[in-house]
Amino acid sequence: MEPFTTLRSRTVVLPAANIDTDQIIPARFLTTTTRTGLGKNLFADWRYDASGMPRADFALNRAGTQGCSILVTGRNFGCGSSREHAPWALLDFGVRAVVSTQIADIFRSNALKNGLLPVVVDEATSAWLIGNPGADITLDVAAGTLTLPSGAAVEFPLEAFARHCLLHGVDELGYLLSRAEAISAFENHR
Amino acid sequence: MAHPQTLFEKVWNAHEVSPESAATPAVLYIDLHLIHEVTSPQAFALLRERGLAVRRPERALATMDHSTPTLTAQVFGGAPIAIDSAARQVRELEANCAEFGVELLGMRHAQRGIVHVIGPELGLTQPGKTIVCGDSHTSTHGALGALAFGIGTTEVAHVLATQCLLQRKPRTLAVNVHGTLRAGVTAKDLILAIIGRLGIAGGTGHVIEYRGETIRALDMEERLTVCNMSIEAGARAGMIAPDETTFAYLARRPRAPQGAAFEHALDAWRKLPGDGGARFDREVDFDAATIEPMITYGTNPGMVIPIGGSVPEHGGDAAFAQALAYMGLTPGEAIKDRPVNVVFIGSCTNARLSDLRSAAAVLRGRHVAPGITMLVVPGSQEVKRQAEAEGLHQVFLEAGAQWRESGCSMCLGMNGDLVGAGQYAISTSNRNFEGRQGKGARTLLASPVTAAASAVRGRVTDPRELT
Repeated sequence: MEPFTTLRSRTVVLPAANIDTDQIIPARFLTTTTRTGLGKNLFADWRYDASGMPRADFALNRAGTQGCSILVTGRNFGCGSSREHAPWALLDFGVRAVVSTQIADIFRSNALKNGLLPVVVDEATSAWLIGNPGADITLDVAAGTLTLPSGAAVEFPLEAFARHCLLHGVDELGYLLSRAEAISAFENHR
Repeated sequence: MAHPQTLFEKVWNAHEVSPESAATPAVLYIDLHLIHEVTSPQAFALLRERGLAVRRPERALATMDHSTPTLTAQVFGGAPIAIDSAARQVRELEANCAEFGVELLGMRHAQRGIVHVIGPELGLTQPGKTIVCGDSHTSTHGALGALAFGIGTTEVAHVLATQCLLQRKPRTLAVNVHGTLRAGVTAKDLILAIIGRLGIAGGTGHVIEYRGETIRALDMEERLTVCNMSIEAGARAGMIAPDETTFAYLARRPRAPQGAAFEHALDAWRKLPGDGGARFDREVDFDAATIEPMITYGTNPGMVIPIGGSVPEHGGDAAFAQALAYMGLTPGEAIKDRPVNVVFIGSCTNARLSDLRSAAAVLRGRHVAPGITMLVVPGSQEVKRQAEAEGLHQVFLEAGAQWRESGCSMCLGMNGDLVGAGQYAISTSNRNFEGRQGKGARTLLASPVTAAASAVRGRVTDPRELT
């Protein structure tokens, strides 16, 4: 993984609550055997009309959202299926952080393993961000802050180990492999 | 004296290779890793990239269920799998299991089935085990007193390579259920009512333990239905303390301990239920006697009402309005008697023998209404065999339903079994998300008896009207 220190971007907003992973990437696209190329099917059933053309009224299709790498959504983003294809599709599309008041457990875990930053903020901050699509904000992983265009910084929780992995671009597997002796000891003493 | 512990704490503590600290999560040892074709290819690829082996292949078991067809011709008859990419996924799982030494219950194996049906059925799912799978409905296995939760594909690779996961200890939520379920009200109705009350994010960050005399009175297959849908309340895991029901279910299952080993295991299993005075982070109480047959009306499992109820008002909530627009329903309208197009009995929630028996009891001597497509998809090949030995398949076929090979089928639209756009499907599965059963499909989640009764009338039907 690339180290993730700070990210400054305009936001793109999907205000709906409870966006489940079946919406992020519908099941019919899960017969792939690779991690790549899922971005074109991100939010496929919301993004394209029946003839396969982009729907002009869908936020990610609007002019001016190209290059926006922070997705702001309603509460409980990523609920449902454990498919890691959801963060893979978001990253492949260009989203590097998701901001919500609540993010589902498995999605959060999957996101962090791929360098997609889950940002949980308070209701007031979320409401402001949802009401101001395209806001230019900055995420700082080391400080654990989201800085609004006003300059006000809002803290978001980030577990210490996840922060370490993001900042240094390391993955958990290396750490787990380094614990092989302890794992063997556990297996031998059960 | 050590502080009293919950069931969850006992299982968690027994699997800590190292406890969590401020800087690092716990290293949690995994006893059983279940694998399927959809969420594993990229994990095996990661092992290959890193030159890693599977640390404990004997603790892994693979099967295929999600993208596999349920038409007999494609499973056994030599016809190709209709979806090319699904066929590739199946072949890739076969190759990966062969290369890495993981046992596979493949396409034509007599013990193949939905991964969360075969684990308990084989007796691999046992009290006190830690169990993971790249599938959110892994919560199912908690019904036997295991700590079981869904993981992503990167974590699948972690478990393959190290038999461990890095985990922060979740909080605990006790769901205490008291009273007796009324006639015609099933475990599915109970868990739908619980999700309706907790909300679909109510269990986020928690492991649920279902407790109380109502839960104790459930048989094992009913408990599996309850724990299966824990994730629909946002909880990664749901657990039920093991008891005589659990032990009787496991006795003589092919992969459970046998003979003296079973007696030895029993001694350990009996120590697992929570200690008196053990504390939960949260507790919620339910009265089972007030629960009616339940049915969903919206686009998540928390949007659920008693079958005699009407669609709630949305009070200006845009997401709620969008859900109803997708479903083609309006606030205030009754759900009962609404025409349906498709009836699906299947999935890891409700495709075990008792589910098929209860649906067959409704359909015996009756016929599905004209124009209704009804699929009955057993949860495993073993369930299929047992159902056929009892003649249940004849009941379904004579009623005009289709009888398929096992698999996830219509629960999720990726294997060719689909609900058409705009059609209403009453389904015994677990998710009614937009497009879950096919693009534009409208799903109403309910119990097997409600689904079967609705098939007979071609309209949403209270099963108590057909007994």
